[in-house]
Amino acid sequence: MLVLKGPTRWLAYLVLAAGVVAIIGPFLWVALQSFKYEIAILQGAWIFSPTWFNYSDVLYSHRSDFPGNVWNSVVVASVSTFLVLVAGTLAAYSLSRLRWNKWIARTFLGWTLIFNMIPPLTLVGPWYLIFREVGLYETLTGLILAHITLNLPMTIWMMMAYFSEIPKEIEDAARVDGCNRIDVFRRISLPLVTPGLIAAGVLAFVFSWNEFAVALNLTSRATATVPVAIARFAQQYEVQYGQMAAASIVSTIPALILMFFGQRFVVQGLTMGAVK
Amino acid sequence: MEEFLTIDAHHTPRYVGAIQFLDRHFKWVTIAPAAVLLILLTIYPIVNLVGMSLSTISFEAAKEIWTFTPAANFRDLRDDDIFRIALWNTFVFAVVAVAVEIVLGLTLAILVASVTRFKGTIRTILIVPILMPPVAIGSMWKLMYSMDFGVLNQIVTTFGLQPINWLGSVSLALFSIVIVDVWHWTPFVFLILFAAVEGLPKEVIEAARIDGARNRELVFKIIIPLLKPAIVVALLFRIILAFKVFDEVFLLTSGGPGTSTEVVSLHLYKVFFQQNQMGYGAMLSLVIIAATIAFLWVGQRAAAAVGAR
Repeated sequence: MLVLKGPTRWLAYLVLAAGVVAIIGPFLWVALQSFKYEIAILQGAWIFSPTWFNYSDVLYSHRSDFPGNVWNSVVVASVSTFLVLVAGTLAAYSLSRLRWNKWIARTFLGWTLIFNMIPPLTLVGPWYLIFREVGLYETLTGLILAHITLNLPMTIWMMMAYFSEIPKEIEDAARVDGCNRIDVFRRISLPLVTPGLIAAGVLAFVFSWNEFAVALNLTSRATATVPVAIARFAQQYEVQYGQMAAASIVSTIPALILMFFGQRFVVQGLTMGAVK
Repeated sequence: MEEFLTIDAHHTPRYVGAIQFLDRHFKWVTIAPAAVLLILLTIYPIVNLVGMSLSTISFEAAKEIWTFTPAANFRDLRDDDIFRIALWNTFVFAVVAVAVEIVLGLTLAILVASVTRFKGTIRTILIVPILMPPVAIGSMWKLMYSMDFGVLNQIVTTFGLQPINWLGSVSLALFSIVIVDVWHWTPFVFLILFAAVEGLPKEVIEAARIDGARNRELVFKIIIPLLKPAIVVALLFRIILAFKVFDEVFLLTSGGPGTSTEVVSLHLYKVFFQQNQMGYGAMLSLVIIAATIAFLWVGQRAAAAVGAR
């Protein structure tokens, strides 16, 4: 964009370096703490002998619930991602490709937009009462349903953007050739939006994995997810800093994996969701 | 063409009726799962909220007892000073955090688009905070803000200054949370604006440069005006998310010291699940939902006005 020469160029690189350090520094410092014994953390030591103690205590010790929390998070994030992709993609296809009354489509999409913007905690109260009533309170199924609902608007809007890029002529041609609507969707349109499915799936997985406010109030000790477990570490009467740091680092692993392998889709998803 | 014919041919007759039915009503079949979910888990709960907001709900032996007490709930709303404080704190938090994020994000976006090297690396690193669990971010900063051993106070004391009580002082705690939010969300603003900067018409920039525009003029007279729609989008997104803020505050301060970092979502959580006031909590929820819809309406108008220019 700008032409940077001489000192300005150095200044630009300096500013960018400062930005990168500011982002990555805190993460590295906390990673460092996770390899220290409690006493070394409390002393603020920079020279120490590294230990796996915090990780083994969090992941393998008998009194730790954390492995169970990780399992709960994996189940909730995978199942809710799969189901939100199914429901969201079908709805997006319906709204962008099949003839809907303008007002019905607008109301539907408008509502998803509004729902996406209100704080989830406004609905957790009624969810709590409803789930108690039907036996979903403190179950993974209940949390999965909540996460599908929370990620549905984003999935619908993203998939609609991808569907709208498919030329209508391709679908019309298939129809003329005798394809029924189901096959047009399954064999023509769906394969063409695979990048969109990946992008939406990646984001839905991450958002479900990270979600805290709803999981905090709708799960029990046995069904708690990773963020809820981390919050417990921090809220205990005597905060165990080492374990807290180790658990936080472990919880970031999906984000790091995606950063390396799914970056293209993440960027596409995030910027597309915002621009469209 | 042949392929399509064979598809139809291999459905066994038994299913033909069902397939025909699905095909004829495909529009409804495809919208149904999402519609059912939204009705059961968003519309129905909001209808519930209306009923709840006029009642007092108590639990006895795992049974709910609803009493009709609209006046008491309205009185609670009128006398809820903490809600007003929470609204104000959320407003201050959102305005300051989002303003800083936009300025930093825009600076980074223009700079990254201008340098020739490390573009990809910088973008990769900047994505991490967006994808991290907010709770993990909260606990990271809780460690860093520690009065005794946190890295920030280690830096402060190296310069011979007194250690700072980042989260425990009334005047500083909200500001400390703003810093965490800026760390968390500046990369998101950067990502949106970077995509927009890269999409700017190159000819316009070139033409301005040939006409003798310097970098400063290029930024303020050409690039920023052209980026206005993207900036508005980033602004709206961030304000809405900032208004929802909960995880980090819950972890770092839980609203304290006193009420200095009490925010809307946190207050709602406390009313619902710590004070067990399901009825009054529902009334607060409705107020917040109504406010969000009003904001959305105004925001859309504003965005349309900017876009039309």
